[in-house]
Amino acid sequence: MLEIKNLHVKLEEEDKVILKGVDLTVKAGEVHAIMGPNGSGKSTLSYVLSGRDGYDVTDGSATLDGEELLEMEPEERAAAGLFLAFQYPVEIPGVGNMTFLRTAVNAQRKARGEEEMSAGDFLKVVRAKAKTLKIDADMLKRPVNVGFSGGEKKRNEILQMAMLEPKMCILDETDSGLDVDAMKLVADGVNALRDAGRAFLVITHYQRLLDHIKPDVVHIMAAGRIIKTGGPELALEVEKNGYADILAEVN
Amino acid sequence: MALPQAKQGVLAARIAGLSLPQGGWASAARADALARLSAMGMPVKRDEYWRYTDPTSLTTPDAPRAAVFDASDEAPAFDGIDAVKLVFVDGVFDPAQSDDPAMAGVEIDRLAAVADRDIHWAQGLYGVLETHGQTPVQRPLAALNTAFATDGVLIRATGKAAKPVSLIYIHRDETSDAILHHCIKLEAGAEVTVLENGPAAARFTKVMEVDVAEGARFHHIRTQGRDHERRAATHIFACLGAGALFKSFTLTANGVMTRNDAVIELLGDDARAHIAGAAVGDGDFHHDDTVFITHAGLRCESRQVFKKVLKNGAVGVFQGKILVKPGAQKTDGYQISQSLLLDEASQFLAKPELEIYADDVKCSHGSTSGAIDETALFYLRSRGVPERMAQSLMVLAFLAESIAEIEDEAIAEDIRSRLEGWLARHER
Repeated sequence: MLEIKNLHVKLEEEDKVILKGVDLTVKAGEVHAIMGPNGSGKSTLSYVLSGRDGYDVTDGSATLDGEELLEMEPEERAAAGLFLAFQYPVEIPGVGNMTFLRTAVNAQRKARGEEEMSAGDFLKVVRAKAKTLKIDADMLKRPVNVGFSGGEKKRNEILQMAMLEPKMCILDETDSGLDVDAMKLVADGVNALRDAGRAFLVITHYQRLLDHIKPDVVHIMAAGRIIKTGGPELALEVEKNGYADILAEVN
Repeated sequence: MALPQAKQGVLAARIAGLSLPQGGWASAARADALARLSAMGMPVKRDEYWRYTDPTSLTTPDAPRAAVFDASDEAPAFDGIDAVKLVFVDGVFDPAQSDDPAMAGVEIDRLAAVADRDIHWAQGLYGVLETHGQTPVQRPLAALNTAFATDGVLIRATGKAAKPVSLIYIHRDETSDAILHHCIKLEAGAEVTVLENGPAAARFTKVMEVDVAEGARFHHIRTQGRDHERRAATHIFACLGAGALFKSFTLTANGVMTRNDAVIELLGDDARAHIAGAAVGDGDFHHDDTVFITHAGLRCESRQVFKKVLKNGAVGVFQGKILVKPGAQKTDGYQISQSLLLDEASQFLAKPELEIYADDVKCSHGSTSGAIDETALFYLRSRGVPERMAQSLMVLAFLAESIAEIEDEAIAEDIRSRLEGWLARHER
């Protein structure tokens, strides 16, 4: 599904190299976790994949089902099936959450040559999905993320993911700022979307999210590279001993 | 002080081809306006009040040529609103397209139709608020209008109007130069909505005088739309009695030159005046909102909410003043003017002013210019919304606060969908 090869990325404005040759393959149906210390390049990886400005790809490639992502506009990547749940979901005053969701769903459908969803159908689907995430009617009406608590913002990200039904979901520190109950709710939302045709890349600092979203593969990222790959036990090892041992072992 | 030669010269040229309508109830007001105008001269670029807007094209003897814009790809504004429609084509009343103005609680005449009468209720209003509004700032184009207006509507409401009065201005002639003067008088407790729509003429000089008596409610919603080359200089003069409400909203898209002046005086206690505007300019666009609100009564509230979206070198101007007179305690004045600059070639010039002579007042003003929020834009795009559509969503969001000033939801929706249509056309 997602294939990243030798990805090198620097900041556009300065000569700071962030990613120094990332290789990663995620197959359909799999859940991969990326862990790593602060500044290791985890969030940069998610931004580069989703097409945010400010980064220069100096080498390498990233394909989704064989299509080169790095040459696409952000909206084309979304239509191709990529979704990034933001670490810091953005507030957009004046744009209603419902309007935003419907515009996004129909824009993607249009881009894929599918029929747009009618207002009635959309309302039915969004209400049902919102309910399972405990998102009430008021939150759907309010401007996107404006005045939402940290937990509400993250649930709203998962609602968008559920509505857009992407193939490849990247979750960037979705657990940050969440209490245990909110994390459970978010994890349930993610788990409900797991199926054979969809893959997840879960970026996190802590093992605790991975108690709820069980990964198939765990990668450790440091200084712009994936330095170690293993099974779920690798996350437990990090939780127990920190990154120092792994970093030492690799060096 | 002798009038500068330049102002005098421009005036002489401007009025050379105009004739002062003689006789009838309005003739004294017209003669008075001409005398005042002669003492003022025409505005020139050096005038402080025209610092950001060059008045030249508004004061030339003939209207600069303006190609007629075909807006047939959209329904006319307020088309779905049940209203008494009065149509002016290049400033000339068109009875064939207009409705019978009979409506309970409202008396509607046309200036030209009743001009030769000796007595008319509008005599107490025509040119009166305009004259009053000449201090402390001179407004020669308004005096010119009072002197030479060829037509206009005279609306007197004694009760709640069953439906809005819709003034529809159609531009057909590339060199038309229309001068219309409306008088609207709301007796105590009356309520009326006036809609205005259209480019009117190649050049449109308009005055609307509105007298809102105790407890009366006046709503004004207008669109100045899409005609690229048309020019307009409009004035609203309003005075409010105790507990009266005045609400005015203007949507402007395109237009090479627009100057909208509003002079509002809150005379009675507990009166409220809200004036708002949303303007969308692309390219050769100059749009100036100049507002002067005077608080004289106790506990009055005023709001000015102006938003402009500018691109491809468009220019937006806002001059907004709140004057709180001695004794106008508990005044609540709010003023916000903001621009969204979609590129570096566009500019927004703002001059907010507060002048306060009472000690127990609350007045706030703010003015901002900003680019579109790139983070929000990326967020929308990352969800699959194409860039231009995402930009339109953000533009609508930016303008939302001013559109929210419209009280009638059906009219607000008409404005919103019109704006969406305009933005969608730009997306292509």
